Order: sequence, then C-alpha cells, then structure tokens
Amino acid sequence: MPLSQYILIAVVKIAIALFVLLTACAYVVLAERKLIARMQNRWGPTRVGPFGFLQPLADGLKFILKEDLIPSHVYKPLYIDAPMLSLTLALTAIAVIPIGQSVTIGNANIPLQITDVNIALLIILGLTSVGVYGIALAGWASNSKYSLLGSLRASAQMISYELALGLSLIGVLIGAGSFSLREIVNSQAGWHWNLWYRGQFVAFFVYLMAAFAETNRVPFDLPEAETELVAGYHTEYSAMKFAMFFVAEYANMFTVACLATLLFLGGWDGPVFGPAWLMVVLPVLWFVLKVILFIFVYIWIRGTLPRFRYDQLMAFGWKFLLPLALANILITSLVIGLTA
Amino acid sequence: MHLGLFIAFAVICVAGAISLVAQRHPINSALSLIVVMGSLAVLYLLLGAEFVAAIQLIVYAGAIMVLFVFVIMLLNAGAEERTRGSRVAMALGVPGLIVVAGVLMYTLAGHTAAGQDQLAIGATYGPPVAIGRSLFREFLLPFEVTSILILIAIMGAVLLARYHAAPAPETRAIDPDEAGDLLQLAGTHGSAAGARERRRAEHRMREREVTR
Repeated sequence: MPLSQYILIAVVKIAIALFVLLTACAYVVLAERKLIARMQNRWGPTRVGPFGFLQPLADGLKFILKEDLIPSHVYKPLYIDAPMLSLTLALTAIAVIPIGQSVTIGNANIPLQITDVNIALLIILGLTSVGVYGIALAGWASNSKYSLLGSLRASAQMISYELALGLSLIGVLIGAGSFSLREIVNSQAGWHWNLWYRGQFVAFFVYLMAAFAETNRVPFDLPEAETELVAGYHTEYSAMKFAMFFVAEYANMFTVACLATLLFLGGWDGPVFGPAWLMVVLPVLWFVLKVILFIFVYIWIRGTLPRFRYDQLMAFGWKFLLPLALANILITSLVIGLTA
Repeated sequence: MHLGLFIAFAVICVAGAISLVAQRHPINSALSLIVVMGSLAVLYLLLGAEFVAAIQLIVYAGAIMVLFVFVIMLLNAGAEERTRGSRVAMALGVPGLIVVAGVLMYTLAGHTAAGQDQLAIGATYGPPVAIGRSLFREFLLPFEVTSILILIAIMGAVLLARYHAAPAPETRAIDPDEAGDLLQLAGTHGSAAGARERRRAEHRMREREVTR
C-alpha cells in the first residue's frame, strides 16, 4: 500500500491504542482501590460519581493542577528526564502487542497490531531492560539517600528478575519457533494453549513471579514500600512527574498481562461464532477478558500477600527461579527433541 | 526513505559520540553512550540484522550501560575540571585525525579494492533462525569457547570481590590477676562511683600489657 496510507493507518492505530491504554491505566487504579478495599472489608472510593467512577478523573485533575515542585538540591536535567523516560518506554511496548486477527476496511487488510515485527518478543524484552534507567536515574538525580537506596534496590531487583523472565519464555519460543507474537498466538490456535498443551505450566509460574518482580508489585515491592524507604525512588517527586511514574508502573503491568495472555493463554483464542463483524470482535473480547483476569490476579495478590525482605527477594530470584527456568528449558528441549 | 532514516540515525549517533567526549559530568557521558548504542541498533536494523539489533539493545544498552551508570552513581564521580589542554596534542592530533578519517572515507567509498566487496542488505544471518543455525553448526566451537571464557571472567570477578572476614581475635589463657581486673571493670560498668576503680583497673591492665 502507498506510504501515506500506511502512515495514516499507523497514526490512527497509535492514537487509539494510547487512548485506550491510558484510560485503562486510570481505571485499573480505581479498580485496584475498590477491590483491595472490598478485600479489606471497606468500600473504597464511592463519593466521586456513581460507585466512584469519576475518581480517576478527579485524580488526574489533581495531578495536573498540583504545584510542580523541583527541590533545589536535585540534578535537574536527569530529575526532569527520568519520569519521561520511564513513561515513554512503558507506553512503547504496546506497539508490538496484537489484540486480534485482521480487520478488512475498504481494500486494506489491517492487522490489529501497530507493527508486526518478527522480533516482537525481543523488542519487549529490550524495552524492559532499558526501562531500568528511568528508576536508576530518578533515584540518583534526587540527591537523597532514601531515593538512592530505593532506586539501587529497585534496579538490582529488576535486572535480576529479567534473567528469569527471559529464560522462562524460551520454552514458549521452542514450541512456537518464532519471536513474532502473532506467530506464537497462531501456534496456539484451537485450544492448544501453551499452558497445558505444550506443558509450560512451570514456565508460566516462573514468568508470573518474574513479571511481578519486574513491575515492582507486591510481594516484590520493597523498593517503593512506604514503611521501608519513605517511597523509594519517587520520594522527591510530586504532581505530574509522580503521576508519570505511577502511570508507567500500571502500563508495565498491562504489558506483562498482555504478554502472559499472548504467550501462555492463547491470546485471542476462544469460541468464535456468528456473523462476520462478530467474528472480528469476539477474539478481541476474549483477549481483553484474559488481560482483565491477569490484572485481577495482580490486584488480588496485592491484597493478600506480605512483601519479601530484600535478601529473600534476591535469593528467590537467583537461587530458585533461575534454576527452575533453566530446568524448564532443558526438559522442554528434551521432550521436543525426542518426540518431534 | 532508507537513506533518510540512515542519515537521521547516523547523525544522532555521531552527535551522541561527540557529546560523550565533550560532556563534563560522567553521567551525561554515560547517557550519550546509551544514545550511541540505541542509534547503532537502529543502523543494524536498517542493514537487515534484526536479531543483532535487538540483542544490542538488550545486552549493550540494557545491561552493560546499566553497569556503567551504577558505577558512576555509586562512586559519586563529580563534574570534571577543565585543564588548559596540551598544544602538542592539538598539533599532532587534529592533522592525524583528518588523515585517518580521509583514508577511511576513501576506502569505504569504494575507490580501493578492499572497498569493492558489497553485500545486499539482509543477505547474511538476518533473522534469528539463520543466526541460530549458524551458531550451532559452523560456529559451534567459538560459541562454546566464548561461553567458557565468560565463565572464567565471572569466576575471576567473584574471587576478586570476595568478602574478607576480619581476622579472629587470638585467644590466650588469662591469669587470675587479670581476671580479677576484668571482672572489676565489668562490675563497675556505667556507674560514676566506679569510674575511679575502672581507671585504676585499666591502668593496671595496661602496665601488664607493657611488661608482657
């Protein structure tokens, strides 16, 4: 197709994806507050709008209108750049995540994915690796001991669990034979999900643990727990910059949930029936439902488990998850080598 | 469009490299190096080596440069001081740089025999499949030897950074006089009235040490 048409379609897809992602992040915050409240036998936000549905709007307005403080002792260029870096990298990962099969509008066959590259999984791993900088630089630029310690702990935790994350995905890759996310989902079509059909339940477990640690969520959220280091790497941040870190964390959660759905739960695989337009909408619906399931699991675990101490956290990642992921690769390769 | 993208990212790469050398604070230099790594990854992508581009991003920009940044953060290296510079370096360096750059550009522009060999974009080892196959067939021995080399480096690093415990205090038999003094010291701990007793006991112990 001509270049101008390609760019136009890409821009429209990016706009829709960003809008949906940012709104979803805002409402996941509300969902978390209400679900955790219910688990703790209280109500959560109920005042702003019916059932508190306008609470994210009020929160967003508050963040925008709040005074933007820059303490005098910080290293200004990096202090201002670090949240931008974090948010940019967190939002970029949505570019390679497919949400459904193709849609045919007019004469163009548009895949429901911003770009379909054949190294999509590597790109997401690369974005996760480079995402460590936002946290490391934020803590250092804040020029305060709690921030520096918090950011060092968070960075060390993230780079340790990246290994387990990457290794747990190799079992999936061996089964699918490609790094492209669309290919991996297509190889799981017809209820041949990687979770049971290819036997990757151990890899799923390792991936989930590593992903919780990557996104700094409970039970691995020591670097940003209030009782530990004031607030870790975002102690000195206020208003919009803090909001950027906040949204980056929830966007990372979304990326992880989408990846788990695509790699282990078959993506948009599910019962498809009905007229032509329904056959396009239903896979997207299944995908969204599975992602919501993972977000719910995230929130559920936050309301249930206590957090790891830092040395327990590091020991868990290096001494338990990493050997488990390696064993999974070994056994998967053995099985495939002997049966193929 | 290919040429346009190449020129854009090559300019970013060179600007990052110049900024790396020209910055005063080492953290800015490290960040400029990350920009250089990123634009190199895009240049690899433009050459059709997509796996190498992704690995460049994951390993170089995402792990090795994180190490650099950690070191700069923890060693608290401040902004560098400017010295007056060396006239000899300027006199020899600038013409030398121009000569070397000229020779390189002349060679790469294809005017010599070495610059005539050209490959189509994506002709060798582009997709991960091709790289995987070549790693496990033609290049198996270098692959395994490299991993053993990295293992040796890791073991060396662990050995050098080992925690050295403080030497254990030597134990020796105590004679009864010293034992009495020690007990007296312990018994008078914290009380003002026992301060004089403590001083006398410590004086006795010190004399005993001297005569030992």
